[in-house]
Amino acid sequence: MSKAGITLATADPPAPTARGLPRRRGVELALIVLAVTLSVYGYCAVGLARNGTVPPGAAGYGAGLGVLALVAHLAVRWRAPHADPLPLPIGVLLNGLGLVLIYRLDLEAPGEPAAPAQLIWSTLGVALFTSVVLVLRDHRVLQRYTYLCVTVALVLLTAPILFPAVNGARIWIRVAGFSIQPGEFAKVLLAVFFAAYLAANRGALTYAGRRVWRLQLPTGRVLGPIVAVWLVSVGVLVLERDLGTSLLFFGLFVVMLYVATGRTGWIAVGLLLASLGAVAVGRYEPHVHHRIETWLHPFASIEAGEGPNQLAQSLFAFAEGGILGSGLGLGHSVLIGFAVKSDFILATAGEELGLAGLSAIILLYGLLVERGYRAGLALRDPFGRLLAVGLASLLALQVFVIAGGVTGLIPLTGMAMPFLAQGGSSVVTNWTIVALLVRLSDCARRQGGGGGGR
Amino acid sequence: MTRHIRHAALFCALLLVALLVNAARVQVLHAGDYEANPANRRDAIARYQQPRGDILVAGRPVTGSRDTGEHLRYERTYTEGPLYAPVTGFASQGYGTTLLEHTEDGLLSGAAPLLAPLPRWNELTRSRNAGGDVVTTIDPAAQRAAYEGLRSRKGAVAAVEPSTGRILALVSVPSYDPALLSGNGRTARDAWARLNADPDRPMLNRAVQRTYPPGSTFKVVTAAAALDAGVVKGLDKPTDSPDPYTLPGTTTRLTNGSEGCEDATLREAFVWSCNTVFAGLGVATGVERMKDTARDFGFNDDGLRVPFPVARSTFDTTVDRAQLALSSIGQYNTRATPLQMAMVAAAVAGGGQVREPYLVERTTRAGGGTVSSAGSSPVRRAMHPATALRLRELMRGVVEDGTGKKAAIPGAVVGGKTGTAQHGLGNSGTPYAWFISWAQHDEDMEPKVAVAVVVEDAAANRREISGGGTAAPIARAVMEAVLKS
Repeated sequence: MSKAGITLATADPPAPTARGLPRRRGVELALIVLAVTLSVYGYCAVGLARNGTVPPGAAGYGAGLGVLALVAHLAVRWRAPHADPLPLPIGVLLNGLGLVLIYRLDLEAPGEPAAPAQLIWSTLGVALFTSVVLVLRDHRVLQRYTYLCVTVALVLLTAPILFPAVNGARIWIRVAGFSIQPGEFAKVLLAVFFAAYLAANRGALTYAGRRVWRLQLPTGRVLGPIVAVWLVSVGVLVLERDLGTSLLFFGLFVVMLYVATGRTGWIAVGLLLASLGAVAVGRYEPHVHHRIETWLHPFASIEAGEGPNQLAQSLFAFAEGGILGSGLGLGHSVLIGFAVKSDFILATAGEELGLAGLSAIILLYGLLVERGYRAGLALRDPFGRLLAVGLASLLALQVFVIAGGVTGLIPLTGMAMPFLAQGGSSVVTNWTIVALLVRLSDCARRQGGGGGGR
Repeated sequence: MTRHIRHAALFCALLLVALLVNAARVQVLHAGDYEANPANRRDAIARYQQPRGDILVAGRPVTGSRDTGEHLRYERTYTEGPLYAPVTGFASQGYGTTLLEHTEDGLLSGAAPLLAPLPRWNELTRSRNAGGDVVTTIDPAAQRAAYEGLRSRKGAVAAVEPSTGRILALVSVPSYDPALLSGNGRTARDAWARLNADPDRPMLNRAVQRTYPPGSTFKVVTAAAALDAGVVKGLDKPTDSPDPYTLPGTTTRLTNGSEGCEDATLREAFVWSCNTVFAGLGVATGVERMKDTARDFGFNDDGLRVPFPVARSTFDTTVDRAQLALSSIGQYNTRATPLQMAMVAAAVAGGGQVREPYLVERTTRAGGGTVSSAGSSPVRRAMHPATALRLRELMRGVVEDGTGKKAAIPGAVVGGKTGTAQHGLGNSGTPYAWFISWAQHDEDMEPKVAVAVVVEDAAANRREISGGGTAAPIARAVMEAVLKS
């Protein structure tokens, strides 16, 4: 990466002045201040609602989040000055809001606080963000590591099989009290791999191969590796019983394939495979079958006299929120019980911030996704475009799968709400995604396309 | 590729729009259903999140709230639980509410819209008002006198103020401590099981929820009907009454416990409680007029609320003449709650007028501002004022010369009527000893109190059980307590 980095660095100065594009760093700073202020306000609102006083840690919390955001901002200002000003503040706001919600849920069961650990993970995440922005001067460098990426991704995905299952899913590695979800990191690596591989082989994928009816089938030679990777990752995930991630990878794969080749045939094949898989797994895998039954009849357990299940409790929480919400710290989403700080964190947002707050959060994700797509459209190199599209779609799909799950739109599958949910691996991964989006948008806006300058 | 990126972007946008639409569905469209689902505990949590308002007796709360720090946070406490249980009822996390705790629940829990400063204010701010207080009409001295008078005997006392209908005492023994049922823990569960399994039924409010055959105390109603109907012209004219009295259309002979009932005057028959005379008077008055008078006193009324519902006191209207004869002496299907019999005494004391009884003087906000106050309660004419005057004379006679001597109070005019009701198959059940009375202090313009006492006691000597022996002293203690205060 050193060589490309240096050449790019020397080529840096003349470009912006030549284009005359506004850098928008001031906007970013203002938005970061707003995001930190909103988070501190939320923190204070929780304390005021619960104890009638501003929580003692408010200043420290605000300062901590502020310093983190500022460090990230300075890194962007220094090494990615043309970057899109939106992704970083959105990340800060969602991360800050997540900390507020976790702190708020900590108050319900003072025995096991999760907010301090989450703050440490957030720090790690921002550190990773900063290092990615500082070290990775050009995203195309990643193309060199295509096969390293996929190997590491597969190792990460496979590793938890060797560790004991937690709550029916083998997706955690527990070392020295810390639990890591390696599948989260694998997401980014797989997105990089898909982007690099598809960018390199899109010609072959698009034009070669036999034509069956109106579908252009690709040749086995190009298709082989990709299907193999996909099968392995999905197979591993079914073994680990983490259906959410499996669904996510599959969706990502189909979207990126479609964007790379422009073949609707891929969508048809994808949907066919997806429905076959869904029917098979839904029918024969008891764990998944149960999830589908719960989705279809969320109140069946109440009628059976067993009390409300987690999905029912989650729906109750959303319903209680109504339009304006009960106010931070005043809801009872803790009734959901297990995973209320991770998979079900959105229910707390829905109950205490209402439909208004929930819509704002979903629109923030939407905005982040939109900025990713915009970078993708602006970039010239296929790898950059595919990577931007892949990362943005990854976010959108993840939000859809988990938010749709807890609101009863689709069957519930365990997955972390990006930035909001408790879970270190997830926070670190999402900061990496934002860092890559910042880098991609910097390239896109600097030269009107990543390849333009060279 | 650009076109396909746009397609993919559109797809992602669709996913997020689907989330928004679904969120609106859950949070707005179906919110009402989900909130009303009985498995949703939020209502219960909100309800116990703040201290409950108090029930006040003579300006002092007899209830309280204890912060447990648990999920359903505030639990109910009672200062003198067993004494006031027939008034307050209980308010339990696990078993709901009864009596005043039930009928005034909205106010006590703070949910009542009346407590809000502006209409729909609470829906908007999602706040709950502090629980209001309920001020009762109970006279603590009378309540205590009744409770201690009954002591360990099963029975009930109801006392009202004739001129207003205010309930001054409402006692049921055996009682229970409603504080035992607060919360939903193990102690509450055990207490609930024990109280429900108890054959003495301590949670039954005998003063309003149970009916007894009123026995001879019902003769007040029969006498009122006969006098109003003109069947009897004067108190001292002999009635044409055989002794024993053969029930019309049967060969069953009705007898008396005392001598001298044959052709007795109404005064004599009332003082010595002649069954034969009143059975005959009832038949002579006729079922229609008996029914009307009983109704005017409050019998056959399903709708009485004080504000909790009072069991219906009955006077059977589909009877033949023999049954009417028995009904007229408080037997057969005639049944009354102690509160109903206190109303009978109050009608005589109040010049023939019956005021509907009530227990809640007023309700207030937590700060003390009045939310509602009991206006003057509805009045019904039970009998002609002249008849009431005559009945006052008859009832005074019972206390001064007859079976109710133990109810006499120096310095006051007291009128009463004893009763001993047989029941059960072949009258094998424990007899109920009744006493109903009213008292007027010599310095007062009108009677201050009307009271009904019923005692059911298997342990006592059968002969000892008579209204005059066991029930009258309790009635006297209650009346004295009211007259003193």
